[in-house]
Amino acid sequence: MEAATTTQAPKDPAARYQAGVLKYAEMGYWRPEYEPGDTDVLALFRITPQEGVDPEEAAAAVAGESSTATWTVVWTDRLTACERYRAKAYKVEPVPGAPGQYFASIAYGLDLFEPGSIANLTASIIGNVFGFKPLKALRLEDMRIPVAYAKTFDGPPTGIVVERERLDKFGRPLLGATVKPKLGLSGKNYGRVVYEALKGGLDFTKDDENINSQAFMHWRDRFLYCMEATHRAQAATGEMKGHYLNVTAATMEDMYERAEFAKALGSAIVMIDLVIGYTAIQSMSKWARRNDMILHLHRAGHSTYTRQKSHGVSFRVISKWMRLAGVDHIHAGTVVGKLEGDPNSVQGFYNVLRERHNAVDLPRGLFFEQDWAGLRSVMPVASGGIHAGQMHQLLHYLGEDVVLQFGGGTIGHPMGIAAGATANRVALESMVLARNEGRDIWNEGPEILRQAARYCAPLKAALDTWGEVTFDYTSTDTVDFVPTATAA
Amino acid sequence: MRLTQGTFSFLPDLTDGQIRAQIEYCLQNGWAISLEHTDDPHPRNAYWEMFGMPMFDLKDAAGIMAEVNICRKTFPNHYVKLNAFDSAPGRESLRLSFIVNRPAKEPGFGLAR
Repeated sequence: MEAATTTQAPKDPAARYQAGVLKYAEMGYWRPEYEPGDTDVLALFRITPQEGVDPEEAAAAVAGESSTATWTVVWTDRLTACERYRAKAYKVEPVPGAPGQYFASIAYGLDLFEPGSIANLTASIIGNVFGFKPLKALRLEDMRIPVAYAKTFDGPPTGIVVERERLDKFGRPLLGATVKPKLGLSGKNYGRVVYEALKGGLDFTKDDENINSQAFMHWRDRFLYCMEATHRAQAATGEMKGHYLNVTAATMEDMYERAEFAKALGSAIVMIDLVIGYTAIQSMSKWARRNDMILHLHRAGHSTYTRQKSHGVSFRVISKWMRLAGVDHIHAGTVVGKLEGDPNSVQGFYNVLRERHNAVDLPRGLFFEQDWAGLRSVMPVASGGIHAGQMHQLLHYLGEDVVLQFGGGTIGHPMGIAAGATANRVALESMVLARNEGRDIWNEGPEILRQAARYCAPLKAALDTWGEVTFDYTSTDTVDFVPTATAA
Repeated sequence: MRLTQGTFSFLPDLTDGQIRAQIEYCLQNGWAISLEHTDDPHPRNAYWEMFGMPMFDLKDAAGIMAEVNICRKTFPNHYVKLNAFDSAPGRESLRLSFIVNRPAKEPGFGLAR
């Protein structure tokens, strides 16, 4: 809040507040001399002004429309300490290699936000401003959440460390698979997939985002069979297992009912979809905290606004919001799989989710330093078009604290689901063993897998089936590397 | 049945050379190694018996390997696991944990309903 006291009142208040339309920059939203304070919320937008709108005015308009402004002067501003409440655009720089686009840095005073509310934070930062006519396009690239604000959020109910301790699984990525086909299986057949995959060696299986309670399988059928399968697999292996029961439903009351039933059946984890909304996510996070439950978030819907570089919200911002809101798992990209994911961008998301402190890292799209103030870390989930033959690449790009989800790569195995699971587990353990022994897994990976396949027929079959499959397409959401820091 | 707890349970039992390479890796990372054993490996048994204190000050892989062998010899029919503890802020937990001894016959578990 110290920063706000440096704000200067306009020289002639009577002139400033005369009825009429002023440029946003003249209303006090463009403040190139402003030094952001430690408690300010900072945002970095990529703005594409319409022809003839200068970038500083466009940045000021974004600051204005995401804080106090409306399109015309209002005298009622004078009933408030309005200088304090105005967001301040303090820097505008051209985006390298993207003519007509600018990075605009904007600072918001802490008093603008309700403690511990993602809904309130986002209602300001992305509430109105994305439809604003003087801009052709607008993208929220990154945010800095000050420690003072981060401390008002609970963060992940379980976090990576406690999840690993609860599951008693250390030293390697966790393995999962999404039950396929997504839709149409009866509860009993669905549970069969869960049992085979967990018994075969996976740690987790997963409902897909659109498995809720449909005519072919009501939610209670699914929960009953999946938990029977989970307990049986646990007894067969002596190892903790879990199935992400998707509790996504039409109302909070329904979601609580489903989550309570999952708990009563002994589930270690429940799942929600991003489309339930920020408030529902925070409610489920508090429920998970009270009930010792791991909370898995499937990012259903995010690509509608995260994928295009010119307009929307970057997934690194969604990652930050979800760490504050408090989820334990979030799908954050695979780099090598079938879905969008530039390696640098994806590593940026992973760092946001997992590290205690993020330094400015422009090649990975991190524009701000971020201190997570002791909030627990979120386990990223890599899911979509990955298979055992990519294990060295996955471990190289994504590290150890990640859930690798092989859906098709488990269930589509020619020798059956349990064999598919075993192939993935053997591939993973041999790669971790080799890495720890100091071997160069990036180059020797295929050879390490071939050696392991000599005593593991399922792995051999997996490599023979999928060894050559790659998804080598150009990413749309890449980072525009900037050699000098553009913000704080 | 084969108990599949631990980082490397899906691989053939590690040789002493392989165990030693993992110990070296842990020591390079500054982690403290400890040994635990049990005849009750239920997945919810969080507290296996400690075989001495964590070896915070022993930085020698051969010395740790000797401890592994003493533990195996003392409890040949118990499960023995080797843990590596990382005291770094934000972790303060295990970073690696794998089985280095199994009973000749692994009884497995029933499912109580």
